[in-house]
Amino acid sequence: MKTFFGWLRRGRTSVIGVPYLWLVVFFLFPFLVVFKISVSEMGTVSVNDVLSIKDGVLQLTLRGTSYAFLTQDDLYFKTYLSSIKYAAITTLLCLAIGYPFSYFMARAKATIQPALLMLVMLPFWTSFLLRVYAWKGLLDENGWVWRALTALHLDQSLAYFELISAPGKLMNTPFSLVIGMVYTYLPFMILPLYSNLAKMDLRLLEAASDLGATPWKAFWLITVPLSKAGIIAGSMLVFIPCVGEFVIPELLGGPQTLMIGRVLWDEFFSNNDWPMASTVAVVMILLIIVPLAVFNRYQAEAQEKAA
Amino acid sequence: MKRSTPFGAGFARGFGRGWLGAGYVFLYLPIVALVVYSFNDSPVPNLWKGFTLKWYVKLASDGEMLGGLWLSLKIAFFTACSSLVLGTLAAFALVKYRRFSGRTLFSGMVNAPLVMPEVIIGLSLLLMLVSVQRALGFPERGAMTIWFGHLLLGMAYATVVVQARLQGLNPQLEEAAMDLGAKPFQVFALVTLPMIAQALMSAWLLTFTLSLDDVVLSAFLNGPGSTTMPLVIFSRARLGLNPSVNAVATVIITLVAIGTVVASIWIARAERERAKAIAQAQRDDG
Repeated sequence: MKTFFGWLRRGRTSVIGVPYLWLVVFFLFPFLVVFKISVSEMGTVSVNDVLSIKDGVLQLTLRGTSYAFLTQDDLYFKTYLSSIKYAAITTLLCLAIGYPFSYFMARAKATIQPALLMLVMLPFWTSFLLRVYAWKGLLDENGWVWRALTALHLDQSLAYFELISAPGKLMNTPFSLVIGMVYTYLPFMILPLYSNLAKMDLRLLEAASDLGATPWKAFWLITVPLSKAGIIAGSMLVFIPCVGEFVIPELLGGPQTLMIGRVLWDEFFSNNDWPMASTVAVVMILLIIVPLAVFNRYQAEAQEKAA
Repeated sequence: MKRSTPFGAGFARGFGRGWLGAGYVFLYLPIVALVVYSFNDSPVPNLWKGFTLKWYVKLASDGEMLGGLWLSLKIAFFTACSSLVLGTLAAFALVKYRRFSGRTLFSGMVNAPLVMPEVIIGLSLLLMLVSVQRALGFPERGAMTIWFGHLLLGMAYATVVVQARLQGLNPQLEEAAMDLGAKPFQVFALVTLPMIAQALMSAWLLTFTLSLDDVVLSAFLNGPGSTTMPLVIFSRARLGLNPSVNAVATVIITLVAIGTVVASIWIARAERERAKAIAQAQRDDG
């Protein structure tokens, strides 16, 4: 016994040290570099260094130019707001679709539950990029979904609520963007909710029913509060990546759908403005840092509890 | 045991089945459409004009796509193997050592890449690598820098999968093996490893597919001549519908379907044999 724990203790340094060091170098350190570049200025060919040696004296030149520019041009502000708006809408829709879905999955016969779970995970194994591309085909003129919606004249109500630009034009609109994001992130909502709901002690519901609660009341007073951890985990798994999503807005979004991920991409790849791209990234990190902390806390708690 | 549901039993069952059915249709509709239109003999996408295999024939001589595929497979292989090593180490660190300094930061750094927008990870990693390259003269942007990015993401997913399995293990088994005189490495190789083998396999496959699929990190980290398959697909998909993309998609979907079926048969057989071995051992015992 002693030797096993002795070995664990000796192995401890490398078991913890190797992944720790790797994450510090490749995850934490890059953020410091981004922050440094965000307060630099673009030189003629490359980014001017923040630290420079002039006349033998080390000089620190911090430039707030990019940050000032960010506040002056309200397009950035609008884009941040609109990214948060689309991420929030996506999260709510995923919850509205995913909660009943996970609930019915968790209450299905125990024998078919593994199959139901497998069917949710399977699309995850096929390329995400290709599945987003598939929606382009479905929503474009004469695509299957386009045909179904226009046949039912639903495109007119979508146009009325300005979710699409004109009846019969579904692609490159807020509607197509949200459908793509809900589609992509729905499994991320279902999986934590399912694992939470499947573990629930059903005797609590029986007790509630014995004490005279209607099933509906028992659902809201017992099932929903008990699945809080699953709801929070799922919502964060959807919301945070959606704020900075790039591929889906690029393939399915349009001129109306401002997303900050695309702005960052354009600043970097089209304008070659590294300080501006870094500034956009730093502000984005500040926006998601609170949800990120919430996610990390719940993730850590869930992991402690399972142990 | 009585099942209590918020609705009448019959209505609840019908509603539940309907909701699940509609959900699965939503999840699988795009995949079906991709496959169907890969056989469409029409230059105009979305207009069905009969069955053809010509997009597959064209795919066979599509050098850009095939070159990208080969590179992607190589990167995905190295990503999956290295993610498994780092992810297993990280999972061990988090499960076996309840307390060490900086544990909160460590678990935060392990979990954050799961949700962190990829544009941020890609940009920051690239800017760091550029700074390093300016100072030291390496690494050159290319397959290796893409691998760094994929490893960061893959490690996070591998850690979550392995960690979940490690937590479900009964520590008494390892302790019993120690008491019976097994050396620590033997305990790991003969007791721990077989018990987490299935999780290791799913983690490997998951990180392999993640890497094979990644657009954003690859776009930031690639260099001249290192265009992966998703980058080829993405640049074509950006321009509009393209039957060659449907053909590639169908090939990938078929491979994934075959892989899943083979893996589940293999897992089911392994489970059966394990159960048989346990029953046998118990009989010998009694």
